[in-house]
Amino acid sequence: MSARDPLLQVRGLTHRYGRQVGCRDVSFDLHPGEVLGIVGESGSGKTTLLKCVSGQMQPSEGEVAYRTRDIGTVDVYGMTEARRRMLMRTDWGIVYQNARDGLRMKVSAGANVGERLMAIGERNYGHIRNEAVDWLERVEMDIGRIDDLPGTFSGGMQQRLQIARNLVTKPRLVFMDEPTSGLDVSVQARLLDLIRGLVGSLGIACVVVTHDLGVVRLLSHRLMVMKGGRVVEQGLTDQVLDDPQHPYTQLLVSSILPV
Amino acid sequence: MSTVIPHPTASTATEATQARIEGYNFAYLDEQTKRMIRRAILKAVAVPGYQVPFGSREMPLPYGWGTGGIQVTAAVIGPDDTLKVIDQGADDTTNAVNIRRFFAKTAGVATTDRTVDASIIQTRHRIPETPLTEDQILVYQVPIPEPLRQLEPRESETRKMHALEEYGVMHVSLYEDIAKFGRITRSYNYPVRVNGRYVMAPSPIPKFDNPKMDRMPALQLFGAGREKRIYAVPPYTEVKSLDFEDHPFEVETWEENCALCGAGDSYLDEVIVDDQGTKMYVCSDSDYCRERREAGHVGDGGPNSGGPQ
Ligand SMILES: Nc1ncnc2c1ncn2[C@@H]1O[C@H](COP(=O)(O)OP(=O)(O)OP(=O)(O)O)[C@@H](O)[C@H]1O
Ligand SMILES: [Mg+2]
Ligand SMILES: [Zn+2]
Repeated sequence: MSARDPLLQVRGLTHRYGRQVGCRDVSFDLHPGEVLGIVGESGSGKTTLLKCVSGQMQPSEGEVAYRTRDIGTVDVYGMTEARRRMLMRTDWGIVYQNARDGLRMKVSAGANVGERLMAIGERNYGHIRNEAVDWLERVEMDIGRIDDLPGTFSGGMQQRLQIARNLVTKPRLVFMDEPTSGLDVSVQARLLDLIRGLVGSLGIACVVVTHDLGVVRLLSHRLMVMKGGRVVEQGLTDQVLDDPQHPYTQLLVSSILPV
Repeated sequence: MSTVIPHPTASTATEATQARIEGYNFAYLDEQTKRMIRRAILKAVAVPGYQVPFGSREMPLPYGWGTGGIQVTAAVIGPDDTLKVIDQGADDTTNAVNIRRFFAKTAGVATTDRTVDASIIQTRHRIPETPLTEDQILVYQVPIPEPLRQLEPRESETRKMHALEEYGVMHVSLYEDIAKFGRITRSYNYPVRVNGRYVMAPSPIPKFDNPKMDRMPALQLFGAGREKRIYAVPPYTEVKSLDFEDHPFEVETWEENCALCGAGDSYLDEVIVDDQGTKMYVCSDSDYCRERREAGHVGDGGPNSGGPQ
C-alpha cells in the first residue's frame, strides 16, 4: 500500500428510502489531498450520497472503504460503531450547511473547537485553550470572542467555527454539504477563499456538495454531476465545466453566469 | 437518651409483622415488585455506574420526596434492619421524618439517628461524615440520574454515548466553567467516573462528599423514581471526580471550624443567628456534630464571620 492508493473508495453505492431512490450505483475514488465536487439539482441525491460515504447513513447497497493511518483500508460500515464514530471525530470532519447541525449551540466557541480534543482524551485545559485560540485565528475569527456562544455569531462566522472545530484534530478527509449556501455573496467568496487556502495548505481531501458551480470551479479538482440519483458525468472540473458532454451538464453550465 | 428507637414489638420478625399497619405488604411494595427491583439492583451492582431501567411504581408520596430511594430501600430492607434517613445531613427534616415513619409503619423496622447503628441509610444531599462500613448500605435519592442530560437532551444519544464511552462533552462543560469563571464552579452533583468506565451523577450531594464515594466499604445504591433508573457503586469501587490536569478536582474548605463541636473536617452549613445577619458555621451532619459533642469536643460557640473558601 502506498501514498498513491485511494483514501476513499466507493463502489456501487445505492440508497433507497423505502421505494424512493436517493442515489443509485455510484462509484468513485478519492485520493489524499484531492477535492471532489458533487453538483446537481435539488433532489438529485447529493446529500444522500454524502451521508452514505461519510459514515452517517448505511447505504442499502454498495461499499465504502477508507484507508486508515494505522490499520490499512477498512470497510466503513463493517467496523464497529465505536470505531466508526472515533474515525469520524478524529480523521474525518463534517461541515454541515446548517451550523446548528454541526455546532454545540449551548457552549462557547472555544469549547466547540476544543470538544474533539477532549473527546480523544486531552485533559490539559491550557493546551485545549491554546489550540482553540490557534484555530480561531486560522479561520480568521476574532479571538476576543472565544467565550461567546455560537448563536451570537453571523452565518459566515458560524461556518468558520464549524471548520475550526473539525480541523483541530487534523483530519485527512472532510465532507462538506453546501458549506456556503444561505450566506451573502461577499461572505461566501471570503469563506471559499479560506476553505481553499486551508484545504490546500493542509493537504486535506474533501468531498464538497453544492448546487453552485462557482463553488466547484473554485474548490474542486474533480467533479461529479448527479441527476435523478445517478452520476451522469464526471471528470476534471475544468474539463467538465468547459466541455460538458452530457446534455444535462450542458444545460447546467449554460444556465450560470461565468465565474 | 437512646437514639435507637426499637419498635415496641420489633423484638422478632413475626411480632414486627403483626405491629405493622394492616393491609400492606412488608415495606409497602408487593413481593413481585420487590423482586423486579432487586433484579435491577443486581444488574446495577454487576455493572457499576450503569443506569438500569426499572418499572418504577406509584408511591404514596410525591416524586420530589425520593420515591426512587424509597423503592430501593423497600426492596433491600428486612425486619432486622435499622434504618436511618437523612436530608441535607439532618435526621429531623419533614422529608427524613416522613420516610423513616413510612418504613417504621410498613416494615416495622427499628430506626436510628446514629450513623454507626444504621444498617441502611437513605439519603438526600449528603453522605454521613462518619466513615461507613461493609455492613451498611447507602441509598441515594436521585432526581436526575443522567449526567449527560444537560448537554445532550436526546435519550437515544446519551445511551449511545455511554455505550461507546463518548464522554468528551463532560469535559466540555468543565471547560466552560473554567473559561467563564477561572475555575470549575460546579459544587453539587459533580460528575464522576466509576470503575474507569461509566460517567455517573452522584445525585445532588456537595462535591465535598465525592471523595467519600471512592472505594467506600459500604454498598451504594441510587434510585430515581420519576426517571425510573437504578444504579450502584459496589463496595471498594474506584469513583473518580472528573477534572483537568491543570485544574484538579478540589473540595470546599472553610476557614471556620464548627461552632458547636469544633470539627475542622466536616461540611459546614452557614446559619444566621440573629436579625443583624450574624453568621455561624455548624456541621451539616447533625449526628456527627452531636457525637463529637458527646465525646467532649466543643466549638467556640460564638458567631463567626467569613464564608466557604
Ligand atoms: N429521509 C428521506 N426520506 C425519503 N426520501 C428522501 C429522504 N431524504 C431524501 N429523500 C429523497 O431522496 C432524493 C435525494 O434527496 P437528497 O436530499 O439526497 O437530494 P439533494 O441533491 O441533496 O437535494 P438538495 O439540493 O435539495 O439538498 C429526493 O428524491 C428526496 O426526496
Ligand atoms: Mg442536499
Ligand atoms: Zn459540629
